[in-house]
Amino acid sequence: MGKNLFQKVWDDHVVRQLDSGQYQVFMALHLIHEVTSPQAFGMLKDKGLSVAFPGRTFATVDHIIPTDNQSRPLKDDMAEKMLQVLSDATAEHGIEFFAPESGSQGIVHVVGPEKGLTQPGMTICCGDSHTATHGAFGCIALGIGTSQVRDVLASQTLAMDPLKVRRIRVEGELGMGVTAKDVILHIIRILGVNGGVGYAYEYAGSVIDAMSMEERMTVCNMSIEGGARCGYINPDETTFEFLKGRDRVPQGADFDAACEKWRAYASDADAEYDDEVVIDAKDIKPTVTWGVTPAQAISIEEIVPSPEKAEGLDKNLITDALDYMKLQADAPIKGTKIDVAFIGSCTNGRLSDFQAVAKVIAGRTVADNVRAIAVPGSEQVDRDARAEGLDKVFEAAGFEWRKPGCSMCLAMNPDKLVGDEVCASSSNRNFIGRQGSPTGRTILMSPIMVAASAIEGSVADAREVFGLQEDAA
Amino acid sequence: MSIAKVAGRGVYVPGNDIDTDRIIPARFLKCVTFDELGPSLFFDERFDGDGNSKGHPLDEDKYAGAEILISDDNFGCGSSREHAPQAIQKFGLKAVIAGSFAEIFHGNCTTLGIPCVVMDEQSRSKLAEQVQSNPNEALILDLEGEQIIFANEIYPMSMKASAREAFLAATYDPLDNLLSARDQIQDTAQKLGYA
Ligand code: SF4
Repeated sequence: MGKNLFQKVWDDHVVRQLDSGQYQVFMALHLIHEVTSPQAFGMLKDKGLSVAFPGRTFATVDHIIPTDNQSRPLKDDMAEKMLQVLSDATAEHGIEFFAPESGSQGIVHVVGPEKGLTQPGMTICCGDSHTATHGAFGCIALGIGTSQVRDVLASQTLAMDPLKVRRIRVEGELGMGVTAKDVILHIIRILGVNGGVGYAYEYAGSVIDAMSMEERMTVCNMSIEGGARCGYINPDETTFEFLKGRDRVPQGADFDAACEKWRAYASDADAEYDDEVVIDAKDIKPTVTWGVTPAQAISIEEIVPSPEKAEGLDKNLITDALDYMKLQADAPIKGTKIDVAFIGSCTNGRLSDFQAVAKVIAGRTVADNVRAIAVPGSEQVDRDARAEGLDKVFEAAGFEWRKPGCSMCLAMNPDKLVGDEVCASSSNRNFIGRQGSPTGRTILMSPIMVAASAIEGSVADAREVFGLQEDAA
Repeated sequence: MSIAKVAGRGVYVPGNDIDTDRIIPARFLKCVTFDELGPSLFFDERFDGDGNSKGHPLDEDKYAGAEILISDDNFGCGSSREHAPQAIQKFGLKAVIAGSFAEIFHGNCTTLGIPCVVMDEQSRSKLAEQVQSNPNEALILDLEGEQIIFANEIYPMSMKASAREAFLAATYDPLDNLLSARDQIQDTAQKLGYA
């Protein structure tokens, strides 16, 4: 019987089994940022420990960084302090820091892949739940807490339980205007926010095979929203093509040798899985959330669910979510007025996201009542987008083109919702208060759906707004 | 120190899918130590925009000084922020009982020495009801016997085996243990070409 990728990577990186029954697992790559990691350096100091493998940890700043003016000192004293603590700690311990305006700064899950730090067959961890993003390259990529950041700094290892693996096969072909974001929102809708507890998700099938690396990252990014500890996709030619020539990737003959090694990590054809789910691409429509968890999602063609028609506990969840969102049960989600449109985040803040939107918004304008911002995921994305003139296309349509950072994905920098504003957002979480106002409301969707909604001033179907037709073949 | 029993009064905070953004809103993550997080626990659920109490269970007089939090399914979902269990601990809570837990949150709690105890819906709602009517009575979480004792009644509970083992063996903070394998770590790194 063959092995799946999770088992292969796990077996390679296990140092030993611990008495508790957990395993000690070596971490090939450790990424840190300013919110969850500076405290860990304090913990090390308290214990008189140093960093074991400083060359395997990389730092960036993303959550607190303003997207308008990034010059130092940052206007917010506490943000400046967090940045300074991270900058000092990385300097002291010999850890490479992708500082603001270094040309390499960005959201941690955008920077790792674009620099080629993320490579197939690695174990990767970061004090951030969206670390699952890196699984797109065929990695076990785990979000961890600060005490575990301390453990990795001190030992480059984690104490872990093994995971079960569920293969999710998405088969068929996506319709026009249906994107990777819709695929993952659909999966979470079906399997629920805690359907993945105890599992790693392996995404497979013809739809996943056909995706670009950036689309695969969007899918893996939201694994945690489905409760899975991580999500991954087997490495293939698309993966190698993406990595070729990148900064930290072996070059020339070494690259070919690396590809051989990476290829071997892919799940064997006769690998066993603990569970399998098959999804028909035909069932996936442009999907948007109506509630306060990412599983509270419907297609743009559907009506908002009603508590009356739900069973048991669901009823309260639906009632509470509708109260918070101020939405009517049984009413279409399409047409819900929005105040803010946000395109960015580690889910959908990569070059291809801005390219896809630029292609459809050229010549159109954002509705008067909508504040629209586009925030590249990294300085590299910003540079590439500008080189293609994408920033100008967005600006001409009425978007503000910002500097890189997490921005309005969460409320740790000046980009925030005000009062009970409704935001059409390409980010990954629609939790209560997530976007900075305790009463703010988030509707998750794909970047082109955000753009369509921005133009209409209300939740809209990108296929209609942009006239995306199926080929009449 | 091993943790075999946790005793304290309970407080029931109902709701499924209580995420870490609710447990500790993101603006409170602006800090370089965890020391000051206690008062910010569940902040936006407890206070309105003007800082007035909304009457959250944590602020009810009858639960003042409670040490064991009881909630429902999928507690602690969302971000990996250790600020969430840190705020719970700094607030004075010593254990959490729920229908289920999100994994990263569960792992963070375990490392900090906060047992996460799973209870099925039926016993949990009965316990919650009892706690609501006898808020001055202490609960006893018996990790060794895998049971909860409240007002002379025994309730079934369960725990992740490795976590329970770690609490009993005082190895829930794994760092010393991890560091004791320095040579093996080096070997693994070398074998994989990482050193
Ligand atoms: S973009 Fe959002 S989800 Fe991604 S790392 Fe930043 S805050 Fe977290």
